[in-house]
Amino acid sequence: MLQVISVLLENKPGALMRVTGLLTARGYNIESLTVARTLDPDLSRMSIVVDVEERLRSQVIKQMNKLVNVLQATDLTDCPAVCREMTLLRVRAPLEKRATIIKEAEIFGARVVDSSIDGFVIEATGDSEKLDEFLDVMQSYGDIDVTRSGAIAVSLELRKLRLQPPIHLAASLAEAEEEETNGVLNG
Amino acid sequence: MSNLMNGAKILLECLAREGVDCFFGYPGGVTLPFYDALYEHSIKHVLVRHEENACFAASGYARATGKVGVCCATSGPGATNLVTGLVDSLMDSIPVVAITGQVTSKLIGSDAFQEADTFGITRSCTKHNYMVKTVAELPQIIHEAFYLAASGRPGPVLVDIPKDIFQAQGHYTPVDQIHLRGYRVTTDGHTGQIRRAAQMIWESERPMVYAGGGIIAAGAETELKDFVERADVPAVCTLMGLGGLSSNHPNFISMPGMHGSYAANMALSGCDLLIALGVRFDDRVTGRLAAFAPHARVIHVDIDPAEISKNRQADIPIVGDVKRVLQKLNRVIGELEPQLRTKTAPGRRAWWKQIREWKDQHPYDSPRSDSEIKPQHLMAEIDRLSGGEAIVATDVGQHQMWAAQLIRFNHPRLWINSGGLGAMGFGLPAAIGAQFARPDKLVFAIVGDGGFQMSIPELATIASYGLPVKIIVMNNGYLGMVRQWQELFYNNRLSSVQLDCFPDAEKLAGAYGFRGSTVENPRELAVALEAAVREPGPYLLNVRVTPFENVYPMVPAGGAINEMVLSAPLTAAK
Repeated sequence: MLQVISVLLENKPGALMRVTGLLTARGYNIESLTVARTLDPDLSRMSIVVDVEERLRSQVIKQMNKLVNVLQATDLTDCPAVCREMTLLRVRAPLEKRATIIKEAEIFGARVVDSSIDGFVIEATGDSEKLDEFLDVMQSYGDIDVTRSGAIAVSLELRKLRLQPPIHLAASLAEAEEEETNGVLNG
Repeated sequence: MSNLMNGAKILLECLAREGVDCFFGYPGGVTLPFYDALYEHSIKHVLVRHEENACFAASGYARATGKVGVCCATSGPGATNLVTGLVDSLMDSIPVVAITGQVTSKLIGSDAFQEADTFGITRSCTKHNYMVKTVAELPQIIHEAFYLAASGRPGPVLVDIPKDIFQAQGHYTPVDQIHLRGYRVTTDGHTGQIRRAAQMIWESERPMVYAGGGIIAAGAETELKDFVERADVPAVCTLMGLGGLSSNHPNFISMPGMHGSYAANMALSGCDLLIALGVRFDDRVTGRLAAFAPHARVIHVDIDPAEISKNRQADIPIVGDVKRVLQKLNRVIGELEPQLRTKTAPGRRAWWKQIREWKDQHPYDSPRSDSEIKPQHLMAEIDRLSGGEAIVATDVGQHQMWAAQLIRFNHPRLWINSGGLGAMGFGLPAAIGAQFARPDKLVFAIVGDGGFQMSIPELATIASYGLPVKIIVMNNGYLGMVRQWQELFYNNRLSSVQLDCFPDAEKLAGAYGFRGSTVENPRELAVALEAAVREPGPYLLNVRVTPFENVYPMVPAGGAINEMVLSAPLTAAK
C-alpha cells in the first residue's frame, strides 16, 4: 500500500527540488508526483506518492515542514482524504471493435476525448486501483499508450495553517547597528 | 532614502546594515564588480588562500562570537570549493552567509567559463539558498539570508549572484521587513510540557543533563548553570557543548560518547531521567542506540522539531529555544521544590556518590614519559597555559579527542571544532576566523600533522595579517585516528596512514616570515609552549609526540557506551 504526502509550498524555483531532495537523499523512490498552483498563485500544492515506512516518513515530513519554502507538509495516509488520479490512453482498434470499447469505457466512467481513423483517446479518472483495472481491460482490445497523472489528494480535515508573520528588520538589526556605531565599522 | 547604485554597492550596503565588520573571501572573474566596490568600502575583506578556508574561517568567526560569519567566492571552482565548509556549518548549526558570484544571467546553463550549478549543488549543503534574478530583489534576499542563518536552528545560507546583477544599477532603499511565510520557528516551550518536565525532574532519583551545541547557539550558559544547581543534577556536555557549563563547575561530568569519560558514559547508562538540552543524539554520543540510557525517561528540548524523537523517542518533547525553556523551567523547578524534593533526596545522594566513585575510578588517562612527549602531556600543558580562558580551535582526529578530554573551558565559544562533519583542514582557518573575531584572545590552533598539511596555504594569511595564532602541531607522523582503528580492528595492517616528509617547522614558518620550532623532549615542552604564547605574533610549534599512542576510553563502533575499552589491550601490537 503506497502513501500520500500533501505539501503546500511557495511557487518558487528550486522549491520542488528541496522537497523531493529529502526523499532522494535517503534513496527513496517517488512513485508519483503532481504539482500545480493553488488559488493563491504564489503557492503550489504538491501530492507525492511514496513507499516509505511510517517512522521514517514522519521524520521526512518533519524535515519538509522545516524547509523555508514549505508552508505545510501533511501525511494523508491514515487521514480522511480523497485521492484521485487521471489517465489518458490511446487505443488503436479496428472499426468493428469500437462500439464495444466505448461501452466498456462507459462502465468505468471514462469518456472519449479524441477520435481518429486509428483509434481513440480516452480519459478516465478514479482511484489508482480502479484505473489499473480499467487499463487491464483496455489492453485486451489492442495496443494502448498510457499517460497517468499520478495521484492528487485533498484532505477532508480542516488543518490550521501556521504561518510566520512579517519580521521587522529595524528591531532585529538594532543590535548590529549599535555595534557599528561603536566603531567596529567606522574604526 | 533612495539612491542609484550598482548591485555590488547595494550588497555592501546590506552587509554593513547587518553589522558585518569583516568577511573572508577570494576574488575571481565574475566577482570583479563586487571587489571593485569593496576597494573603497570600510568593511574589511580578509584574503584567504583557498575558498574552502574562507568558509571555515567564517565558521570560526561565527563560532567564536555567535554573529553571522560571512564568506565570498567566485563562480564555478570558487563556489564548489565552499561546499565542505557549508556542510560543516550545516552539521554544526553555525550561522554563515556565503556569497558566490555566478556567470552573467544570460549565460547560465550554457556551460560558460567557470560556470557551475551552484544553486543546485549547494541545495543540500545549506539551510536555504538563493539565486538572485534581479537587482531589485537583492536587498530583500540578503536580509532574508542573514535572518535565516542566525534564527531558529542556525545554519549556512548561500546567495548566488550573477555578474550582471553586481553591475546592474538599482535604487537602493533599505528593506524594512522580510516575510518568510513558511519559516515557522517555535521559541517558547509549551508551558504545560515544561511543568510536567519539572515534576518529572523532582521525581527522578538518578537524573542526568545531556547538554549540547544548542546551549552554545542559544547563549543559554547562565540558564544551564542555574538549572543544574537548582535541580541538583549532574551534567555532561557533548563535544559541541563543551563550555556550555564551565569545566570547573562541580556538576560537570565531562564529555560522553565514543571517547568520552568513564563517568560520563556510566552516568548516562545508569540514569533514570535524561534531560536532553539542545542535542541530537548523535551516533558518536549514543553508541548502540538501543542500549543508550536504557533505564531513562527522556525530556528533550530542541528548537528543531525534526530533532525530537528522531533517534530516541522523547517522553516529554519540548520544542523551543533552550534559553527560554530553561528560564521557564527554572521558575517552575523552584515552585515545585519544597513539596517534591524530600521524597527523592536519599536516592539523589546515592546517585551523586555513585558518580563521584565513577569519576575517581577512571579519570582520563594522562600518561607522562621521560623520553618522549605523550600527546596527553601536550594537552595538559596547553590546558595549564589556557586556564580555561583561551580559544582552542582543533582539527579532526586523535588530537581533537585528547584536547576535548583534557583542556578545560570556563566559557562557551572557546572550543571550536568540526564536530558533525569532522572535516580535516578545519582547525587552522577556523582559528584565523576566531582571531579576527576576538583579537583580544589567546587563540590556539591545535592540529594534527595530517590536517595541518591540508591548511599550509593559510600560513600566508596568518603572516599577511600578523595574526598571533599559536599553531600547535601534534605530530605523531601518522593519520593517528585511522591508524588507531587499523591497529584495533584491521589486524594492525597500517595502510596509507604514515605521513613522512613533514616539513621543518622552523624553516616553514621562517619562509613565511614568522617563528617556528620543533620540540621532542618532554622536559622542554613547557618552555617551548610558553615561548610560543609569549611571542607577540604567530608561532608554529611542531610537537613530536609518541607515534603509537591511542585515545581511550573508546567505545568500539556499534558498542553500548558502557562497554568501553579503558586502556590499550596488553596484546596490542606495536
